Amino acid sequence: MNNIIEVKNVTFEYDDADRKDIILKDFCLDIKRGSFTVILGHNGSGKSTLAKLLNGLYKPTEGNVFVDGISTVDEKNEIEIKRRVGLVFQNPDNQLVASIVEDDVAFGPENLGHSPDVIRNEVDDALKAVDMYDFRKSTPHRLSGGQKQRIAIAGIIAMKPDCIVLDEPTAMLDPKGRAEIISTIKKLNSEKGITVVLITHFMEEAVDADRVIVMDDGKIVADSTPKDIFSNISLLKQVGLDVPQTTELLYRLKQGGMNITTDVISIEESAQKIYDAIHLEEI
Amino acid sequence: MLKDITFGQYFESKSFVHKLDPRTKLLLLLIIIILIFISKNWLSLLLVALLIFSSMIFSKIPIKMYLKNLKAVLPILIFTMIINLFYAGSTTATPKWSQNLFWNLTITDISLSRAVFMASRILLLIIVSAELTYTTTPNDLTDAIENLLSPLRFIGLKNAVHTLAMMMTIALRFIPTLIEETQKIMNAQKARGADLENGKLIERIKALIPILIPLLISSVRRAYELAEAMECRCYNGGEGRIRMKQLKYNFDDFFTFLIVFIVGATIIAINIIL
Repeated sequence: MNNIIEVKNVTFEYDDADRKDIILKDFCLDIKRGSFTVILGHNGSGKSTLAKLLNGLYKPTEGNVFVDGISTVDEKNEIEIKRRVGLVFQNPDNQLVASIVEDDVAFGPENLGHSPDVIRNEVDDALKAVDMYDFRKSTPHRLSGGQKQRIAIAGIIAMKPDCIVLDEPTAMLDPKGRAEIISTIKKLNSEKGITVVLITHFMEEAVDADRVIVMDDGKIVADSTPKDIFSNISLLKQVGLDVPQTTELLYRLKQGGMNITTDVISIEESAQKIYDAIHLEEI
Repeated sequence: MLKDITFGQYFESKSFVHKLDPRTKLLLLLIIIILIFISKNWLSLLLVALLIFSSMIFSKIPIKMYLKNLKAVLPILIFTMIINLFYAGSTTATPKWSQNLFWNLTITDISLSRAVFMASRILLLIIVSAELTYTTTPNDLTDAIENLLSPLRFIGLKNAVHTLAMMMTIALRFIPTLIEETQKIMNAQKARGADLENGKLIERIKALIPILIPLLISSVRRAYELAEAMECRCYNGGEGRIRMKQLKYNFDDFFTFLIVFIVGATIIAINIIL
């Protein structure tokens, strides 16, 4: 089986007494095993709902979500699906259960009923994977936001999931914490082979993804490689995403008549591109 | 400032008492409290005091930590002494010495001795309870309580015990977070011109409402998010859950129990003989 997650014709609506909101309608999505997928979208595009559908926290109103071929609808698969697909939320404070770092990371494996020695190993491995092993005896409220979020990720990794879904994990962090989280996620994907689905509204975080999906109003409006997506500035602006300054600059230069493409994002690459373009014009 | 409050006033050290199993410490605290109360004469109280003082030495907690604790209860201590000083009691023994102060308040040698006795009891109680909180982290205490109450599962209360322990763990985890949040809300309300320090009592209580309501709302939201996060980490109640840190009694625990039992037996014997 090549796909770890298959979302098949899912419709999801909030069933409130006074209002009926259809968040997703006839939604389809496959996530390849071992891939690094970024889902971009502004607030209210349905991306958080999608995250909670992926591990069975929400059940689809219609259609099916399959994790490793197992449907999330069935109550008896509940634990197995949540172990395979871990979900990390936005606010690290509201995900940590215990007041000692290692006890918190142990929470997941403890629930799975592993033996104490096994849990010990899983906790140590998870803390090393997020580079927080030295803080294992510390207490969460003395850590920075980025460190707390890494503990939250370790808490998921300790359950040895096949896939982790991160729902705006950097939204509440400062730039330093954000960089820590993104590099941790990339490391987990490349070194441990864990499938990553990163949901965000920061375009910069999508640069190294294998695949970028842009969502708007509960629908997929674009699904391609980062380079491809970033060259389509007008679409990104249309769905209300913040375009990085470098891309914006290249876009404006292009509009002004310069022979240039907008498919790069790092400052160095952009500078090189502008340099090349100017040189070409001189020749 | 508020953030740095330590709960349970744990004092980090690697002493003999620190290393004891938290269950041992909790049970022995209960036993020693009972011993303090069944001690009816100076000899038995002296024995309990010796036991407590030797454990203080083994705990390697600086004496000034205990003194700091005693300062807070000094008023209660003095109050107890004064009450007992003037209380004639039900004893039929005739005092060897008595001194009438005024009206019919009389101090006798019996009441004087009883006042000091009562004060010593309270003193010992406070010292021994403080020692538990100095040498045991709140988390260890929670584990100990969960473990000691676990026999309740035989009368169908397994989930109740687990839930109680989980609630205590989460409460301990969120106290600093909520204190931080309170501080933020207070600052935000002050920035909007709220006056929290001045005014009559009623006004000051009213000024708390704009702080408590946002705090309550955000706590409910936190609770909801935490519940989802716990569900995502396969939490399913206490059923099938195995703790990473298993509590284990070792030789030191048996040794300590033995000593306390010997002292306890001696005290009971003294009480019967005298």
